[in-house]
Amino acid sequence: MRREGVPIIVVLPAAIGAAFFIVPLVGLIVRSPWGDALSALSAPETLEALKLSLIASLSATAVALVLGVPLAWVYARVAFPGRDLLRALTTLPMVLPPVVGGIALFLAFGRSGLLGAWLDNTFGITFPFTTAGVVMAEAFVAMPFLILTVEAGLRSMDRRYEEAARALGANRWRVFMRVTLPLIGPSLFAGAVLCWARALGEFGATITFAGNFPGVTQTMPLAVYLLLETNQEASFILSLVLLLVSLVVLVGLKDRWLGNA
Amino acid sequence: MRNRVVFAFAAFLLTACGSSAGNAPASATPVSGTVSVFAAASLTATFNALGTDFQRGNSGVTTKFNFAGTPTLVTQIEQGAPADVFASADTANMDKLKGDGFTAGTPQVFARNKLEIVVAPGNPKGITRLADLAKPGVIYITEAPTVPAGKYALQALKMAGVTVTPKSLETDVKSVVGKIELGEADAGIVYTTDIRAAGSKVTGVSIPDADNVIATYPIVAVKATTNSPAANAFIAYVLSAAGQAKLQSFGFLSAS
Repeated sequence: MRREGVPIIVVLPAAIGAAFFIVPLVGLIVRSPWGDALSALSAPETLEALKLSLIASLSATAVALVLGVPLAWVYARVAFPGRDLLRALTTLPMVLPPVVGGIALFLAFGRSGLLGAWLDNTFGITFPFTTAGVVMAEAFVAMPFLILTVEAGLRSMDRRYEEAARALGANRWRVFMRVTLPLIGPSLFAGAVLCWARALGEFGATITFAGNFPGVTQTMPLAVYLLLETNQEASFILSLVLLLVSLVVLVGLKDRWLGNA
Repeated sequence: MRNRVVFAFAAFLLTACGSSAGNAPASATPVSGTVSVFAAASLTATFNALGTDFQRGNSGVTTKFNFAGTPTLVTQIEQGAPADVFASADTANMDKLKGDGFTAGTPQVFARNKLEIVVAPGNPKGITRLADLAKPGVIYITEAPTVPAGKYALQALKMAGVTVTPKSLETDVKSVVGKIELGEADAGIVYTTDIRAAGSKVTGVSIPDADNVIATYPIVAVKATTNSPAANAFIAYVLSAAGQAKLQSFGFLSAS
């Protein structure tokens, strides 16, 4: 096989394309006040935002696992009319502007929303301006990543293992827990990590639906946005932290995400 | 309500007559191009109207607006956003921009504004004074203290001796009004003009002058402007009698 040279007409735009992503990262690294990094990171407001971000994003991931895995299973295994439409509806937040998601959440789960009014009147449960609201906003935006990844895993697995287990007398629940889940383990893990990373970075739906209050609803991205106006150095450092987390996730998952495991 | 409609119609007629007679608020030397105005969120409706009038008086000029919380605008200008004019909702942010060397000329105060409590239409929670914001069952939201309105709200509460924990610190006055309109929060502190701009979708509860804070709005040309004739013409228009009348028609207090 003759090795073809790479044509310049491809290399040049490719290089510009790569630079488009890399230069902003370099800018952040260069402009960050490394001397103050520790004090910026250990400031009480930062720690509060960091703690809230971790709690909320992990809770959102847990919600996504509990609700999203069954949904993915339904999409992969049950043929029913309108399945494609339903799948499109449940993955809409991936492409929807998050602010729109926040407004939609208001209209559904807000104090005067479709379900929210009933929840408020019957149980006194309200979501806006609470940490639960943050979890809801994050799950809304991030769960589709888990659903799609797990569905892909379910579709590509070898179903003969499940059939063998059934033939050997295992009930469906046992098959799902002991055969299916372990087989799709890598997809499940990748989906959960992607979902978590997306939840960690969520901004628009959160600030719209849950508002912004330190310790209750002010997550890291919100803190970064507000710090930009008062303490730019701290905001650069926090941006860098979020960026590193995302980078580690993507590098760690590159095979799963690109689908060439 | 009817008065406002009549007034708007009258204003329209006046401006329309003015331009046809050729004595609209045009600047001495003709200006052209685009003028980008970065203005505080509380100026949204007013400046859009001012811009329309200004363009009518200066054919050949296009006004473009960027409305956001004042500190956001300062950040954007300092990071090189293409602004020609900056209209701030407080002097602190203006001083910062000036101190950092991003302004051309001396900022001039063009309007003042008062604070008011915004509640749902008809005031279902029966809020009559600042102390009522701390009543149990009242969801109070305000602006972040970095935003001028949030800083003023804190001052007003302090003067009234009221301690209340907001449920949210929003990034600008418009999102506070928006959440009241949606029915998700019960009360907030915003400017008089924001309540007037929202019309019948919210109700305003006035704050006594003793506890009120008067916000001053300065305007300045941005140093990096590429169209300083148009920038200065726009500022002159805002400060002119016609501009001032327009501002007052939206509920702003006169500059002095």
